[in-house]
Amino acid sequence: MNALLELLQKDARLSTSQMAERLGRTEADVTDMLDSLVKDGAILGFHAVIDQEKIGDHHVSALIEVKLTPERDGGFDHMARRIAKFGQVTSCYLMSGGYDLAVIVEGEDLREVARFVSEKLSTLDGVISTATHFQLKVYKQSGFEASDLHEDERLPVTP
Amino acid sequence: MKPLEERIATQVNNLPRSGIRDFFELVLGRDDVISLGVGEPDFSAPWHIREAAIYSLEKGHTSYTSNLGLLSLREEISEYVDQQFGVNYDPKTEILITVGVSEALDLACRALLNPGDEVIYHEPCYVSYSPSIAMAYGVAVPVETKVEDEFVLKAEDVAAKITDRTRLLLLNFPTNPTGAVEPLDELKKIAQLAIEHDLIVISDEIYSELLYGEDSGMKIGHHTSIASLPGMKERTILLHGFSKAFAMTGFRLGYSCAPQVLTEAMMKIHQYSMLCAPIMSQNAALEALKNGAAEVEKMRKAYARRRNLMLKRLREMGVPCFAPGGAFYLFPDIRKFGLSSKEFALRLLEEESVAVVPGDAFGAAGQGCVRACYATGYDQLEIALDRIEAFVGRLQS
Repeated sequence: MNALLELLQKDARLSTSQMAERLGRTEADVTDMLDSLVKDGAILGFHAVIDQEKIGDHHVSALIEVKLTPERDGGFDHMARRIAKFGQVTSCYLMSGGYDLAVIVEGEDLREVARFVSEKLSTLDGVISTATHFQLKVYKQSGFEASDLHEDERLPVTP
Repeated sequence: MKPLEERIATQVNNLPRSGIRDFFELVLGRDDVISLGVGEPDFSAPWHIREAAIYSLEKGHTSYTSNLGLLSLREEISEYVDQQFGVNYDPKTEILITVGVSEALDLACRALLNPGDEVIYHEPCYVSYSPSIAMAYGVAVPVETKVEDEFVLKAEDVAAKITDRTRLLLLNFPTNPTGAVEPLDELKKIAQLAIEHDLIVISDEIYSELLYGEDSGMKIGHHTSIASLPGMKERTILLHGFSKAFAMTGFRLGYSCAPQVLTEAMMKIHQYSMLCAPIMSQNAALEALKNGAAEVEKMRKAYARRRNLMLKRLREMGVPCFAPGGAFYLFPDIRKFGLSSKEFALRLLEEESVAVVPGDAFGAAGQGCVRACYATGYDQLEIALDRIEAFVGRLQS
């Protein structure tokens, strides 16, 4: 992966001057690279990775396995894009194996997610079946381990 | 009863107190210190390596191993050293797994020195060199390397110290504490000296993976082991280990590669003092060599970024500092501030809560410099550098 993207994946808050310093490039270089990455759609967005448990947010998240009937033109693409557009859907992936789409859905509570599945998702033409798995606890997300505060245990001065 | 102080053996009594130890105690009592005084990576050992150690315990691998170490690990080391250094060692007879390079160095000195034999080594250097020589009843003969020469060890300076009692030449490149890398032409001259005077070379190459040539436009980007030079394998004890590149300091695992007769002699001491290195560390090391290359490179890149930041900032704030080719230390020259290394380090600690190690803790030749380790998170480094800038700003005004 490009060194700039590697930096951003770890900490997207870095200023362009900080990134320039770390990469040994000029600030103008970094601004140009960033602009073109965003323009090309290589960078879809920037967001904070939040440990919901820490902030006392009790909203729920579910992984929904969706089986679809593929269409003659475009296979699963049309349906998958349609499903991905719902605001409740935070991620949507085409999968190999026993089902076709893995859809991650977030909602205020269990009922909201259930309503989304029964009213919106399963009623779509082409959706053969759904299986909803609610998320119970987060150990790691987007490369960050939850509650893993790494303390420096090294002695302060060593040879 | 005789006072206990008088029971201590003379050569132990004569060992100087470590300058590092003194400074360590000062730092320990303080909060909010950003320490650039460490000599180890800030990374934990990569997870797959830790997991291999756990698995080894889980499977009940808790026994002794062969004195030399697990054959499977020696085989893997043989292959790694061949790839990395271009020297081939027989895993059955020429490789000994030790408890860190420190033990290997101790073994080499004890195996090869008779009382009064001289060992030439270069200062500033790792703190255990001179004591290891003294504990083997040898005579430590330091050769000074200078900041003006970017701490290159000059063959002519080595030659000047050779006497008819000289038996060993102890080298460490890249060097702790300076980060210096020896230029190939000078290394060749030193090898020539060793051959002419029939010296055995102990070469501590623990930092050999951590080189920053291509990241900073320097010529040095490739490590040459003195063992790989013509006529040298038969007179070199190559020491290496897992602490630095694989971030495995606490596993305490090193190894020596040397001709069979020397390996055998070192093993004799090792079998009676240590028996063998811990088996879970050996199993972890096996995993490190098999699958660790990518993680090593990732860490090296992180060090390179930090090194470049620190070098640039120090120079911008008017602290002269040569660009070292390896390890994870900078060794800035603080003479212009009119303070001794110790005064500089003490005041920096007291006034700005940043710990660096006084250069003379690594031998008299380190006076006038301090060692700053950049194996610390980038954000922490930035704060430490701001504090150093404030400090030297006050010294300069």
